[in-house]
Amino acid sequence: MPKLTPDEVRHIAELAKLALTDEEIEQYASDLSAILDYARQLQQVNTEHIHPTASVLPLRNVMRPDEPRPGLAPEDALANAPERQDGYFKVHAVLECSQ
Amino acid sequence: MSDLPRTIHETRQWLRSGQITSVELTEAYLERIQQVEPQVHAYLHVAADAALAQARLADERRAAGEDTPLLGVPLAIKDVINVLGMPATAASRILEGFMPPYEATVAHKLREQGAVFLGKANTDEFAMGWSTENSAYGATHNPWALDRTPGGSSGGPAAAVAAGEAPAALGTDTGGSVRQPASWTNTVGMRPTYGRVSRYGVIAFASSLDQVGPITRDVRDNAILLEAIAGHDPHDSTTFPDPVPPYSQMLEGGVKGLRLGLPREYLTEDMHPGVREATQEAVRVLRDLGAVVEEASLPYTDYGMPVYYLIATAEASANLARYDGVRYGYSAGAADLQENYKLTRGRGFGPEVKRRILLGAYALSAGYYDAYYLKAQKVRTLIRADFDAAFQRFDALVAPVAPIPPFRIGEAPTDPVALYLLDVLTLPSALAGAPGISVPAGFVEEDGEQLPVGIQFIGRPLDEATLYRIASAFERATGYGERAPTDAAM
Repeated sequence: MPKLTPDEVRHIAELAKLALTDEEIEQYASDLSAILDYARQLQQVNTEHIHPTASVLPLRNVMRPDEPRPGLAPEDALANAPERQDGYFKVHAVLECSQ
Repeated sequence: MSDLPRTIHETRQWLRSGQITSVELTEAYLERIQQVEPQVHAYLHVAADAALAQARLADERRAAGEDTPLLGVPLAIKDVINVLGMPATAASRILEGFMPPYEATVAHKLREQGAVFLGKANTDEFAMGWSTENSAYGATHNPWALDRTPGGSSGGPAAAVAAGEAPAALGTDTGGSVRQPASWTNTVGMRPTYGRVSRYGVIAFASSLDQVGPITRDVRDNAILLEAIAGHDPHDSTTFPDPVPPYSQMLEGGVKGLRLGLPREYLTEDMHPGVREATQEAVRVLRDLGAVVEEASLPYTDYGMPVYYLIATAEASANLARYDGVRYGYSAGAADLQENYKLTRGRGFGPEVKRRILLGAYALSAGYYDAYYLKAQKVRTLIRADFDAAFQRFDALVAPVAPIPPFRIGEAPTDPVALYLLDVLTLPSALAGAPGISVPAGFVEEDGEQLPVGIQFIGRPLDEATLYRIASAFERATGYGERAPTDAAM
């Protein structure tokens, strides 16, 4: 079983937007290798013609009338924001400003 | 605690006879919390003022002639369930100070029925763990043996009930998080059928598995509490429209003639001998009561652990993407947006949560999706089929809950595979969406400490009534649940 390399963990951490220390990356590389190694036993199971289960429910699409109804008030929605301005969540610029 | 009613149903008798008011009862519980919290740490937030205000309201409603089962009854709520006016942290730094702007349906229903919320109970961070040791705010201690864990993730609610800091509580069970702590604290814990109870306003871990369930001192209380929270919710399209049976009036049927299956895969080689003996003794009791107990087989049991940890972590990696440091919760305050995401999440999440996000993101990533995530979903189908086949033959299954009694705080296995295997007896039924209840089944003595052990009954989807009936008969025959930890232990 090929082990997960620290670079692979860095790549997943980038996808998952997690800043990790080098020690954490080493530890998770080892942990994930062990867990995935154990999970490889699933490959022994014959799942030909077996449908995947995404939900155990027998329910199908649930519809409701498309009618307006009250939602969260802006003040309530913003109440926990780390930064806010003029009734909006504030984020730092992601694009360079070209005049 | 001898001066207080033991259960919800006894509390109701006291309240309706005027022997005590809800305000007096709430004050007594707040006092009890003050007394034992330094040793137990079951709560992350005690809401004394709000609880007393709710209690006053309940007393007024009772004075006006109302008399419902939960009117004026204090409860503890696991801190992954949103309650208005109280913080909801999921025991994570990333949600430190978060005040939910809306209330979970389960909490709202209880509020409408006059229950009193004493506070928010401890959990492993985002309900990911076995012991509450993954809480960012410190572990809860088992009231039966303070050096040991009460289990997890609903260890706070279970310890609160066991220590007399609340007569009953709500927990959540994704892969065993109600049943295992109930088993380790001598309490009754029900994981309802997936879709029986609304998940609206419950902080999401794995959405195809999460369910809210009651943790109580006896079976009747558990039935009363499930009745109060179950049912269809327009806010959660995964809830069943089926009416909620009056569970608390369906406890008396006994087990005579019921066919119970004992899955042979659940009595593992490396199981603690005390757990094995408790299971065998429980089977003997059930047979004496007239149940037909025969060996059952769930051949895909061993695959439950990898299937669960691939599916639950994949769902968690998606669900926890919402913690971005922008809309709520902790923010690292970095100037660059991408950098702020990474630092906020890297610092805000604890080690187990990060491990699961990474595992889930890996299982979902290009090149591995088919081999891990899709494969796990297919084997999940086979695990469900195991249960469907067993329920053709049996009315319910009887099994141990956890392979070992509660371990000492700080002594959980360090190998992640050994750690994840602790859930092996509760994961498959969760994957199948089946309900399961853990009931006190005796004690194991270890190093001079009496450690509680539970037994679980697993039932057909939406057949919680049969589980309560079996659990109630077993409880009446054994009476283990009536034992409470001595205050000397605390």
